Amino acid sequence: MKSAVIVFPASNCDRDAKVALEQMTGKTPAMVWHQDSELPDVDLVVLPGGFSYGDYLRCGAMASQSAVMRSVKAHADKGGMVLGICNGFQVLTESHMLPGALMRNAALKFVCKPVGLEVQETQSGFTRKYENGQRVTFPVAHGEGSYFADEDTLDRLEGENRVAFRYAKGENPNGSARNIAGILSEKRNVLGLMPHPERVVDDVLGGTDGRGLFQSLIEALS
Amino acid sequence: MTQITPAMVKEHGLSEAEYQKILDLMGREPSFVELGIFSVMWSEHCSYKSTRAHLKKLPTKAPWVIQGPGENAGVIDIGDGDAAIFKMESHNHPSFIEPYQGAATGVGGIMRDVFTMGARPIAMMNALRFGEPSHPKTRHLVSGVVSGIGGYGNCMGVPTVGGEVNFHPSYNGNILVNAMCVGLARQDKIFLSAAKGAGNPVVYVGSKTGRDGIHGATMASAEFDDASEEKRPTVQVGDPFTEKLLLEACLELMATDAIIAIQDMGAAGLTSSSAEMGDKGGSGIELDLDKVPQRETNMTAYEMMLSESQERMLAVLKPGREAQAEAIFKKWELDFAVIGITTDTSRLVVKHKGKVEADMPITALSDAAPIYERPYTERKPMAGEPAYDKSKGVLASLKTILASPDMASRRWVWEQYDHTVMSDTVQVPGGDAAVVRIHGTGKALAITTDVTPRYCRPDPFEGGKQAVAEAWRNLTAVGALPLAVTDNLNYGNPQKPEIMWEIVAGIDGIGAACRALDFPVIGGNCSLYNETNGEGILPTPAIGAVGLMKDVTKMATVAFKRAGDVIILIGETKGHLGQSIYLREIEGREEGASPKVDLAIEKKHGDFVRRLIETGRVDTVHDVSDGGLAVAIAEMAMPRGIGASVGIAGLPDAIPFWFGEDQARYVIAAPFAEAEKIVAEATAASITVAELGKTGGDRITLDDKDSVAVAELKAGFENWFPNFMAGEEIPVTN
Repeated sequence: MKSAVIVFPASNCDRDAKVALEQMTGKTPAMVWHQDSELPDVDLVVLPGGFSYGDYLRCGAMASQSAVMRSVKAHADKGGMVLGICNGFQVLTESHMLPGALMRNAALKFVCKPVGLEVQETQSGFTRKYENGQRVTFPVAHGEGSYFADEDTLDRLEGENRVAFRYAKGENPNGSARNIAGILSEKRNVLGLMPHPERVVDDVLGGTDGRGLFQSLIEALS
Repeated sequence: MTQITPAMVKEHGLSEAEYQKILDLMGREPSFVELGIFSVMWSEHCSYKSTRAHLKKLPTKAPWVIQGPGENAGVIDIGDGDAAIFKMESHNHPSFIEPYQGAATGVGGIMRDVFTMGARPIAMMNALRFGEPSHPKTRHLVSGVVSGIGGYGNCMGVPTVGGEVNFHPSYNGNILVNAMCVGLARQDKIFLSAAKGAGNPVVYVGSKTGRDGIHGATMASAEFDDASEEKRPTVQVGDPFTEKLLLEACLELMATDAIIAIQDMGAAGLTSSSAEMGDKGGSGIELDLDKVPQRETNMTAYEMMLSESQERMLAVLKPGREAQAEAIFKKWELDFAVIGITTDTSRLVVKHKGKVEADMPITALSDAAPIYERPYTERKPMAGEPAYDKSKGVLASLKTILASPDMASRRWVWEQYDHTVMSDTVQVPGGDAAVVRIHGTGKALAITTDVTPRYCRPDPFEGGKQAVAEAWRNLTAVGALPLAVTDNLNYGNPQKPEIMWEIVAGIDGIGAACRALDFPVIGGNCSLYNETNGEGILPTPAIGAVGLMKDVTKMATVAFKRAGDVIILIGETKGHLGQSIYLREIEGREEGASPKVDLAIEKKHGDFVRRLIETGRVDTVHDVSDGGLAVAIAEMAMPRGIGASVGIAGLPDAIPFWFGEDQARYVIAAPFAEAEKIVAEATAASITVAELGKTGGDRITLDDKDSVAVAELKAGFENWFPNFMAGEEIPVTN
């Protein structure tokens, strides 16, 4: 499995994504600068967490206009896989590669803590190694993670089984509609999620629940 | 040329004697720009004129110290060619006036101090003191400071892994915001600020210069009064996005060999960075201000030299390397300009619009800066054993204390900080010390900040000792070998002899403890004049400390992990209630002697406990500090909801035993067979040791009689902070 991690100005989980990919796949991902208009030949593109462009204007809004995003869209249009974590999820909604938007947390504060999630959909290259309904714990770390979409869109996402991760009962940290933590694109090759699977692949750091996501990708892409 | 009047000298915070010294050094009347430069360089904030004579007494050397005080941050050897670089610094005055920006730029400033030396910041801590919870400004200040720290640190992608929060009326008009940054570098890639050699280009990188923060350093060197809030324009505005780019660009430039010297523009901006670099390199610097990237039009030389605009660095490059450096900064979309050159004149020369605006010997700004042996009046430490009501129930008091402002959980604070970014945080906030793995290795650094200000007013010397001892103990309690400290000395007005004595005694106490514990001071910061309308803060010498763990898998945490573990107390309990949390929260009095620290015993007990952790024999340890033994046990029970049954036979008096704040103590929980061995070994080593009981169940039971549900304690412990911040009525305690 060949992968690339996009680096925007003030991305700050790019190294975490790289380390997790190295640890899980044994291969070092290509680090791609936002001004590069061409992607290397890869199976997976990761849009990492962080504060691209300082979150100025709206989170992810400026990054969605950067040169590299045209290539990321083309990669997804061809069926290539794209994983957006935290700020990466915000970039994906701002790029209209995923529906809806991420608004300020309901409590109006940044929140960093481990949260319980339920894997809602295992029919995807990102989640096939989990059990349906499996409870996992990933950390969140965001100020704007409240997922919002109109009722029709939410119904459609649920009807098409595109809600990949949901906050478990009582765990919704940000007021997301229908406890949505992560969603798939129509073609199921793009996943955006607010929690950080790349921070839970190492035992020493207090959990390995994120490994399933990377193991799913390895299986899907090998 | 502007005529300098006595009123102008006074407005610049300079005394008549200091102005006379300037006239002597210059041999003429200074220009207005020169007066401004003298005023910031000779300010307390930049020159340490009241404390320098005393700071010299601190121990600063050890075989593992690579760089002691005097650079942007201190550096220690952590093995394998790695170095830890760290420092703590205050941003008290700006944070009181504008809490969000004050705290945010405090974080930004201390990060620059660390990455200017070539280190990637890997952890942030902060020590915060606020006024009493019922004071009308406190909630606003807590909210602003916490979101400012988070807003800056989170964007930088550096985990904020812990710190302290205290409330006390003495901080009503002067909050303290002390931020600490720890960075990691290779020992052969450490950058210093000495601008050696003549004819080298002086380059400016980062943000443009605006009119913000002019005279911030002077403001930080004066007492507050009711008009202080009018000084809001002197508080700088931070831009963490630019700082993140500046960090990455600087580290990229540092990977080349183009840099001779580099220094961040912090307090007193362009003035102090150029003067300090020239001074340390023994060279002169000539600046052409027309080349400085400017955010506003028609800025004067005075404004540019004194601006404290954030996210700027000054570097001296090897000649001919300008283009290489410029390409890196262009990539990161940052300003880059060659604004001057080093000379062999040892003078700071400032030109603007074809005019020489300043031309002064650099040593006049550094070595010749005034040093004061300010008079001090010794005060006898407070003494005596306070009386207390013996009829009060231990568990009811425990519940009250755990839900009190100084003891309640700080979760509300640290959940607003990204504490797991960089994927190396092994121990998150809430324990004795934070633990951050050295990336790509099995080693880790333990980090803590400590001071108990309520001990420091009654007895500044013992209070200074205790701050160091507690930091050392907290590092030890997670299994780390304590290596070095950075001190952040927050005091009132040093021109008052009784305050000056607090400073002198506090430094002496810190020095005594650091010497005894082999724990050198490698850097620090003084914040004086923390007074409003003549009311000073409690003396608050905050200690930031770093220790090394060779094997991160051998680590202890405070949480009880198994039922049936034996609970062991290391250290002697005489039941010291003077200045204790118990006395303040339950009896409503701040009285008696502060606890004394026996440094030899402290070292003996700590070394014993650390060996148990390092050898993998023990994974559950907590130091005993604020609130005493009962609080320590509750704090071990609450994380996982595992209770304990504890008691001790023949106790004459329960309250001082459970709530006394005697020093040099640890609580350990270990399985029976291991516990028996530990007790035998401690006894053989003449260490006072006692078995207190066993873990298990979901209640804390005392002497097989009274008990309280751990969940009930935890509810009060966790709810105080969110309830307070949600605006619930805070009962006026006692």
